[in-house]
Amino acid sequence: MSEAPAAPRTVSADRLDPDGINLLLSPPEPRAGWRLLPARVVAMCAVELQKLSHDRTELYTRAVQPALWLLIFGQTFTRIKAIPTPGIPYIDYLAPGIIAQSAMFIAIFYGIQIIWERDAGILNKLLVTPTPRSALITGKAFAAGVKSLIQAVVVIVIAAILGVSLTWNPLKLLGVGAVVILGSAFFSCLSMTIAGIVLSRDRLMGFGQAITMPLFFGSNALYPVSVMPGWLQVVSKVNPLSYEVDALRGLLLGTPAHLALDFGVLAVAAALGIAAASSLLGRLAR
Amino acid sequence: MTRDAADEQHDAVTCTGLTYTFGETKAVAGLDLSVGEGEVFGLLGPNGAGKTTAIRCITTLLPVPAGMVHVFGHDTAGDRMAVRRLLGYVPQQLSADAGLTGRENVALFARVFDVPRRERAARVEQALTAVDLTEAAGRLASTYSGGMVRRLELAQALVSAPRLLILDEPTIGLDPIARTGVWEHINAVRAATGMTVLVTTHYMDEADQYCDRVGLMHGGRIRALGTPIQLREGLGERRRAEGGPADAPLPTLEDVFREVAGSGLDDQSGGFRDVRSTRRTANRVG
Ligand SMILES: Nc1ncnc2c1ncn2[C@@H]1O[C@H](COP(=O)(O)OP(=O)(O)O)[C@@H](O)[C@H]1O
Ligand SMILES: [Mg+2]
Repeated sequence: MSEAPAAPRTVSADRLDPDGINLLLSPPEPRAGWRLLPARVVAMCAVELQKLSHDRTELYTRAVQPALWLLIFGQTFTRIKAIPTPGIPYIDYLAPGIIAQSAMFIAIFYGIQIIWERDAGILNKLLVTPTPRSALITGKAFAAGVKSLIQAVVVIVIAAILGVSLTWNPLKLLGVGAVVILGSAFFSCLSMTIAGIVLSRDRLMGFGQAITMPLFFGSNALYPVSVMPGWLQVVSKVNPLSYEVDALRGLLLGTPAHLALDFGVLAVAAALGIAAASSLLGRLAR
Repeated sequence: MTRDAADEQHDAVTCTGLTYTFGETKAVAGLDLSVGEGEVFGLLGPNGAGKTTAIRCITTLLPVPAGMVHVFGHDTAGDRMAVRRLLGYVPQQLSADAGLTGRENVALFARVFDVPRRERAARVEQALTAVDLTEAAGRLASTYSGGMVRRLELAQALVSAPRLLILDEPTIGLDPIARTGVWEHINAVRAATGMTVLVTTHYMDEADQYCDRVGLMHGGRIRALGTPIQLREGLGERRRAEGGPADAPLPTLEDVFREVAGSGLDDQSGGFRDVRSTRRTANRVG
């Protein structure tokens, strides 16, 4: 070729030391089928933790709202005793509700992240790896769970500082972690499902804002089911957030709860959410 | 030809009558293509020619009927996981995760390709070394220049030792020095590993310089196929046969393209969508 390349040549790129890249010559062994899903979940959770370790601002800004709920709403309603909470101060009653609410908010807006990743090409690239769609969604769901769990820890600490008497039984706290992760897995799949339907970030943002408040107020997070009007009791009955709050109250405060039912509902909801979001992921990638 | 013979040498990629439509738009319209093992094949064409759509069919991102696309003998319609394990894919957009460091970006792909933990760190380092990014590996990818992001994406693709590396417009939006740098790394890696490279570009000069064989694509179909020199000499001969001057300089690949695409090249190519996505990439490159 007659025309000389205009740009200077980088020295190191000309020749690669063959010993220096020996590992890149053989492809890794595929994992056995049953080990693939946990491996992908670990990979997605690791990414989430790495991101959080680089940028903690979201963790702090997201702590403001639950702190205000507990500080203002919780303390005021404890004083005026407007909401009947047998045997415990209102702020204690409220704390598990706020933990569940702040975890749900994070999960609901997780679908926005997946649209952003689609727009940035990150999602496309992950879809060209040996990762079935359901494994990718499960990984994302649990990554949202891990993010929510860290948020829950922050809210628990705030509640403890405000004098809420919570359990420190490690087994029960483990249960709390499981409940938060399952709940957030469901809510993140709900938002990823909506993402697969509306396909754009702005529309999903609108949907997110439209559903979070009804989910929150239509649950037992702020007040017992017994004081709700009949129609709201029905909403609360089909709202997974109620089961999450019920379990958290039982575990953290020792109030009577239906733990088996709560775990069952949350697990089934998460599984259905994963199935729905996985089936719509193709639409998002197209 | 018997596709089933176990020891038969398969082409890296074969497309037979590949067609893909988005609503009304026939993005790929009967593409026939075969890429031999070990070659650097360039798919050339203006914006909107259908290159990205073809690539997305080959990478299993877009669903195609059985029998249309094979990668090393595996049908992309049926054998997705096997196809994906053979592929390294760098999409048109800059797709590294800006919230992670360079090393974390590569490690994620080591994880999702099932690189065992004991080998992971070493493999990641080798991939980073191969693209000259060891020094910057600890920094967030958001601090990288466009050329560095492209090299990082190359490392992400290399960490799983793919047999086929697919690069969609790897140099789009880069300055000439970064473009040369990206190509030199592609070439060095290819020389060291012997992998097959399928690359798209709309820069004819790059294809001329770096590709073993090229296919000129226009309106969703291949219009000319051969080595760059074959195509250029072919056009030179045709021009002389039509009575052109005997001592005319050898036509460029661009001339060949103008001839096969005929008129309408300027007004047909590059709709709104293409310009927007090109701009978005260019913006992200900075
Ligand atoms: N997701 C999509 N939805 C609708 N039309 C699309 C989509 N992707 C590409 N197209 C259209 O398909 C044609 C081919 O596009 P593309 O494959 O991106 O070409 P190239 O990569 O060669 O620039 C263009 O007309 C483009 O507008
Ligand atoms: Mg393209």
